[in-house]
Amino acid sequence: MLILLLGIVFLHVAALVLLFVSTTVSAWTTGAARSSDLWHNCSTTNGEFHCEPASTGEWIQAVQALMILSIIFSVIALIVFFCQLFTLQKGGRFFLTGTFQIFASLFVMSGAVIYTVMSPKWVAPTETLGWAYILAWVAFPLALISGLIYVILRKRE
Amino acid sequence: MLTILALASIVLLGIVPQQSEAIVIYTGWERHALVGSDIRLSCSFFSWRWTSEDVTFSWSYRPDGARDSISIFHYTGGAPYVDNKGPFRDRLEFVGNPARRDGSILLKNLDYGDNGTFTCDAKNPPDIVGRASSVRLLVFEKVPIQAGVITGAIIGAVLGLLVLIVVIYYLMRFLVARRVFNLSVSKHGRKGKGKEGSQQRQASPLDVGSLTTTQRQQLTATAHKHRTTQVIDGHLTPPPP
Repeated sequence: MLILLLGIVFLHVAALVLLFVSTTVSAWTTGAARSSDLWHNCSTTNGEFHCEPASTGEWIQAVQALMILSIIFSVIALIVFFCQLFTLQKGGRFFLTGTFQIFASLFVMSGAVIYTVMSPKWVAPTETLGWAYILAWVAFPLALISGLIYVILRKRE
Repeated sequence: MLTILALASIVLLGIVPQQSEAIVIYTGWERHALVGSDIRLSCSFFSWRWTSEDVTFSWSYRPDGARDSISIFHYTGGAPYVDNKGPFRDRLEFVGNPARRDGSILLKNLDYGDNGTFTCDAKNPPDIVGRASSVRLLVFEKVPIQAGVITGAIIGAVLGLLVLIVVIYYLMRFLVARRVFNLSVSKHGRKGKGKEGSQQRQASPLDVGSLTTTQRQQLTATAHKHRTTQVIDGHLTPPPP
């Protein structure tokens, strides 16, 4: 029972960490001399490395908002999970936790989908999509599975 | 007001060590403008000294991607000198008021080639130690939405919706619980004498000990019916005492 609990919490925390890293690290598109992410476009020109704020389009702001919301919902799900662990009746299901975690995964999915759809405009032909973008796509099924486990799980003892 | 402040600060300067003196220059951080429009780049400074007659303002411009900057405006000896050879000839005008510590310039008829960084440097002798301040100019076809507005709006809307749902949920629970109790109390009031009924209504909601056994059974039955609907929702709440 304890192992199961630890495993579930580990999965949840892993999804949360992936979300966090993906949102903050500057590696959504990488090229020979520049890398950019949701927040900055950084480039190395003539040996100096400087960053400018990302283009103020509407869609990039939507992606920013969705990634931040997914982090917030995942954190709320973790807190609610620990609350429900101690207050739920025996045989009850962690519906609330599962709902929050599934919403978090949906937000990540929406953010990644928007970025993918807009990538012909945002990613120049000389650049490729970076690993932070891939992390976002990996975090989505992880969070979804975690949420589904919560919904199916029943509290024992 | 500013002169009184300056006077007081000069009196204090005898006590304050000299290193704290420095001129502080304020410009914007970033300016957005439409193609073909005019824009006023403001520059003002703060200095512990009186505004001297030899105050100087100078603006320089560094295009996006270039490494060097060129000087485009200089005010000294009480007279402004605008650019008459560089990229802003006939497009630059001095609209500042040096006596009020304002060294703003007006750029007319902007073009995409005017994207770049404008640096303002002001000196107020003998207060000449200070750092120049830069403002970035971005020229657009149409002015875009400020960075972060949509982000904040989406996050705020979703979180607000969440808070609203939680509040409504708890409100509904509170109202339904109160209606259950009021229903059972009014039933008791109708059956019993009038005075007793009104007395019962004033009792605290948790005071079920005063009810007869049949009424207590009715109360728990309605509460039980209420509880089964709650189980369908997926939430188990502890039974009322």
